[in-house]
Amino acid sequence: MQNSFGEPQTVLLLGGTSDIGLAIVHRLVTPTLQQVVLACRNPDDASAAVAELGVGGVTASAIAFDATDSAGHAAFIEDVVEQVGDLDVVVLAFGVLGEQAEFDDDPAKAAAAVTVNYTGSVSVGLAVAKQLRAQGHGHLVVLSSVAGERVRSANFVYGSSKAGLDGFAQGLGDSLVGSGASVLVVRPGFVHSSMTEGMKPAPFASTPEAVAEITVKALRSGRRTVWAPGILRYVFMIFRHLPGPIFRRLPLG
Amino acid sequence: MTDSTPDLTEMTQLTGWGRTAPSAACFVPVDVETVADTVAMAQKASERGALARGLGRSYGDAAQNGGGVVMRLQGAAEDVVIDDVAHTMRVGAGVSVDDLLRVIVPRGYFVPVTAGTRFITIGGAIASDIHGKNHHREGSFGNHVRQLSLLLADGSVAVISPTVRPDLFWATIGGMGLTGIVLDATINLIPIETSRCIVDTIRADDLDEVMAAMEQGDDRYRYAVAWIDLMAKGRHLGRSILAHGEHATLAQLGQKERDTPLRYRAGIIADVPPVFPISAMNRATIKVFNEVWFRRVPKQRDAELQSIPEYFHPLDMIGAWNRVYGPHGFVQYQILIPYGEERALRAVIERLASSGASSFVTVLKRFGASNPAPLSFPAPGWTLTLDIPAGTKGLSAMLHELDRVVLDAGGRHYMAKDSHTTPTAIRRGYPRLAEWQAVRNSVDPDGVWQSDLGRRLGLID
Repeated sequence: MQNSFGEPQTVLLLGGTSDIGLAIVHRLVTPTLQQVVLACRNPDDASAAVAELGVGGVTASAIAFDATDSAGHAAFIEDVVEQVGDLDVVVLAFGVLGEQAEFDDDPAKAAAAVTVNYTGSVSVGLAVAKQLRAQGHGHLVVLSSVAGERVRSANFVYGSSKAGLDGFAQGLGDSLVGSGASVLVVRPGFVHSSMTEGMKPAPFASTPEAVAEITVKALRSGRRTVWAPGILRYVFMIFRHLPGPIFRRLPLG
Repeated sequence: MTDSTPDLTEMTQLTGWGRTAPSAACFVPVDVETVADTVAMAQKASERGALARGLGRSYGDAAQNGGGVVMRLQGAAEDVVIDDVAHTMRVGAGVSVDDLLRVIVPRGYFVPVTAGTRFITIGGAIASDIHGKNHHREGSFGNHVRQLSLLLADGSVAVISPTVRPDLFWATIGGMGLTGIVLDATINLIPIETSRCIVDTIRADDLDEVMAAMEQGDDRYRYAVAWIDLMAKGRHLGRSILAHGEHATLAQLGQKERDTPLRYRAGIIADVPPVFPISAMNRATIKVFNEVWFRRVPKQRDAELQSIPEYFHPLDMIGAWNRVYGPHGFVQYQILIPYGEERALRAVIERLASSGASSFVTVLKRFGASNPAPLSFPAPGWTLTLDIPAGTKGLSAMLHELDRVVLDAGGRHYMAKDSHTTPTAIRRGYPRLAEWQAVRNSVDPDGVWQSDLGRRLGLID
């Protein structure tokens, strides 16, 4: 149960090696925090983060999580609850970016990326929602992306998967109204992280720490959608309504 | 509710009086006939258990049970049975003190202990083992409970007292509702000649002066409370208004008032509207308020007659005053610091004063002896209470820091007010927690009684 300042006692990060996800978890560290679970494909990859987070009164652990194993997601969440009790904050941060050119060559690869980004998020998101509903409180933070707000030709497989995820997360949040649980949809722009290493930064580029700060602030104030940085909300308000011929000519990388 | 079975699927979002950290539960009214069936249904419906909730005046999550069942036990003050020989009453646990006073004051009685608000229930008073301005003389509410009926997890009702099943009795006093549901209780009454209080007020210019005056007043006055201006710093640190009081005798009333010595009127002057989009409580408004409040009292004023609501429940005159804190709500922080650790008390007050955190109502009180209840809050020492807007920057970190000072001094937190602290702090502050847990587990092995507070502070598994 979170305290009156919105400080959680338990945090589950789905995508336990995500730079943004870990930055959010670090922001949630207070004397109130007791349990952190980092869920990722290979728990060993999160060992450094586990060591970093598991200090003071915090017990941190890493557990194996396969985003593509939708059939196992309900049992996975049950196991985590068995281990740590009520889930105060769950951060859904896993996802693959991929290269559009590669996807063009290998449609199966594109479908696999979409399975992780969208299908996996749907099944685990619903499993989390079921738990939050049953406990009558808790927040699910979903890392969407501006890429889903108006999908660009440069990364339309990734963008479309995020568009689906964004719609799913908003609908899930609406369905949870009155249940005590809530969903926060976070829409970062370009973020300097291991996911975007070597890429040319887009305008209004941000850092995992900056996204985390905005996210935790939004969590505390009970917002349902947040952009990082905030100005992107207005930028994409315009982008959404640009006629195709103009949008296609924009130098968006 | 006797005619139909309650619907255990509809969820209601509940918070405490501080309006922070909500959770949703199935919130149903019950009466003494339906309560046992509802608890049985709750056990079948989910593993989230059941809890009784009174008027929701605990500040944090004490009366919340996310995902489970929360019950409001109905009760009528008119059904109170008064024993004029023993000076006791038997009253339903769902009855509010507000309703009760309207019945018992005209009959010449007052409750043995009253909190700062009359909008609480008898069940809540027992579960929190509330204290009042007379603790230094008469102890907390539990000291005055002669006997109570407790609905246990297995559906049976235990009639317990300090001599019959004393372990369970004292685990229920201050047990935060986690040993069962109190159905009714037999409680001592204070016989009163009049419904007025006679109040001596002094204005103290600093902390030393108010603490000395309070120590001296312990033997002379039944009721004592100091209001501290937490915005004052430097040599005015801890400047206070100390109000000592006693129930007025008939002889102390004026000629006119003697015609209606037990007249009792408790009204609400105004309600704060439900939509209060921003907090009206900020540093500037609170500072102005504190200044006015402090100045309105002369250096010394003796033998002033005040009504019961004026003296005991001044904030109750404004309905739903918690709304003025806006959407972020507020936090009440109440701590105990044992006698002999005055240095820690001073450190806490200094830290709060210098932090710029603005507290609207800061109260200092002296406690007397504690009772045998393992989770009862009061013990010999000072208790400081403050209200701070929850949106105050850096507040959480500061309270965690103050927690350490309090715990190192051998103090503790009042769970009925708590909404921020940790299981570790509770384990340190309440060294008899394990003893309480053993009693609870013996009567509730399956963990039927649950609350958000119980889970958050590690009282229950």
